[in-house]
Amino acid sequence: MDRKVYLDNAATTYVSSEVLNEMIPCYNTIYGNSNSLHSFGRDAQAMVDRARDKVSKAINAKSSEIYFTSGGTEANNWAIKGIARANKNKGKHIIVSKIEHDSVLESCKELEQEGFEITYLNCDSEGLVSAMELLHYIRNDTILVSVMAVNNEVGTIQNIKTLASIAHDKGAIFHTDAVQAIGHIKIDVEDMGIDALSMSAHKIYGPKGVGALYVKNGVHIKSLIQGGTQEKGKRGGTVNVPSVVGFGKAIEIATRDMVANNQKLKTIRDYFVRNVMEKIPYVHYNGHPYQKVNNIVNLSFEMVEGESVLLMLDLEGIAVSTGSACATGSLETSHVIKAMGLGEEWSHSAIRFSFSKSISKDDVDYVVETLCKVIEKLRAMSPITKTGRAK
Amino acid sequence: MYNQKVLEIFKNPNNAGGLHGANGTAKLVDKNCGDVFKFYLKINKDTNVIEEAKFKTMGCVASIVCSSVLTELVTNKGIEQAKLLTSQDIINVLGELPSEKMFLADTCIETLNHAILDYFKKLEKEQKAQEKKNI
Repeated sequence: MDRKVYLDNAATTYVSSEVLNEMIPCYNTIYGNSNSLHSFGRDAQAMVDRARDKVSKAINAKSSEIYFTSGGTEANNWAIKGIARANKNKGKHIIVSKIEHDSVLESCKELEQEGFEITYLNCDSEGLVSAMELLHYIRNDTILVSVMAVNNEVGTIQNIKTLASIAHDKGAIFHTDAVQAIGHIKIDVEDMGIDALSMSAHKIYGPKGVGALYVKNGVHIKSLIQGGTQEKGKRGGTVNVPSVVGFGKAIEIATRDMVANNQKLKTIRDYFVRNVMEKIPYVHYNGHPYQKVNNIVNLSFEMVEGESVLLMLDLEGIAVSTGSACATGSLETSHVIKAMGLGEEWSHSAIRFSFSKSISKDDVDYVVETLCKVIEKLRAMSPITKTGRAK
Repeated sequence: MYNQKVLEIFKNPNNAGGLHGANGTAKLVDKNCGDVFKFYLKINKDTNVIEEAKFKTMGCVASIVCSSVLTELVTNKGIEQAKLLTSQDIINVLGELPSEKMFLADTCIETLNHAILDYFKKLEKEQKAQEKKNI
């Protein structure tokens, strides 16, 4: 087994050489603490400021509204808990969707312990959160609504502008986790009415361990990490200058190349899905038929189990991910697949293929060919016979 | 997560597939994760020795590997000996299994015992039919 194809880019991507080249001087040349007053510090601060500008431009925000964090998880924790705690005098009701990232859902659980009331919105079988349901549940004491822009497992794009407008009509703050959206769909916080937005660098060919939270000027948020004046006193801790600089470059490239990347990824994605559907029977497409990002495909293969598919592909050098109960470690099917209400025969074998911008048609051919063999081998071993629910 | 031994067996499991002429079969769905196990045994009626054992399993790596190992362990064993096997015997062959997957070895043992029971039930049925014929 020599060939390797990485199709788990929604988990993390490689760091592009353009990004890496931008970061290297920050390790050995401009290595000052950006909080220091001397020239070493000022030089580092200038690098951070430039990165902040790039991040703000990518989402049409002001640079004063960008706060660097250790990644998307911290940004989500901060947004949910920080906004809730800072605004609890106005109400203690929060609405999030059931398909949010665990960093949002776990933060909500913590807030429930503090006396906040959380409403969890359903999604439909295509992964779309209903605006009507938000309208139904939103109340005068709702202080925060959070719905992710793009779902990480199935790639469905939510109607953020509509959801934000419903939140605003009731005076609630609207947050979105845009970790999977940046670089794939156009994000304009002004136009979309977003008050807070979480981002991460390592999904867009940037380094791991860095991200940012956009907080619209005027929105109250309590800090989570105290002990420093960094990030306008809202997020203590020495700024990770090389990573922040890498993030700035990564988001600049991601927005610059978005149209071209999307065209390529759409062609590759459609080619992959068409081939799989043609060559393998009893495959189900999970997600929205058209309101979706181009880099994520989620497919279920009846009569087999996801972890086995994942590891058998891995033995052939192909990396994918699964939300099947056996692979999550908790014996629970992924909460997203569960919320979408997929039947057991499909939720057992949901596999996510997520492509990078450098994927080739040749790679896809190899994956399809291998996938055919893997599914055939596992089905030959399966005691389940055709259910008649073929698509 | 899985050790090399487990992955090696997973790559080429032994005894996968159905078994023509099996006289003891059982199908079990694991109540925790929904994995499905089916065991086929061909037992010599004169000696009560399991001459052949095969499996069909829809499940994770651990389920498939435990099924493969157990069918190997029971082959050429007398029924009474086979009934004494425990999940630890499977683990001993594998070296280890992730703790959250250990229950699947138990499910394999349970499926095996159901297949042996099925053999006895079939035997009983045959004997009754024979007795009826004799009368």
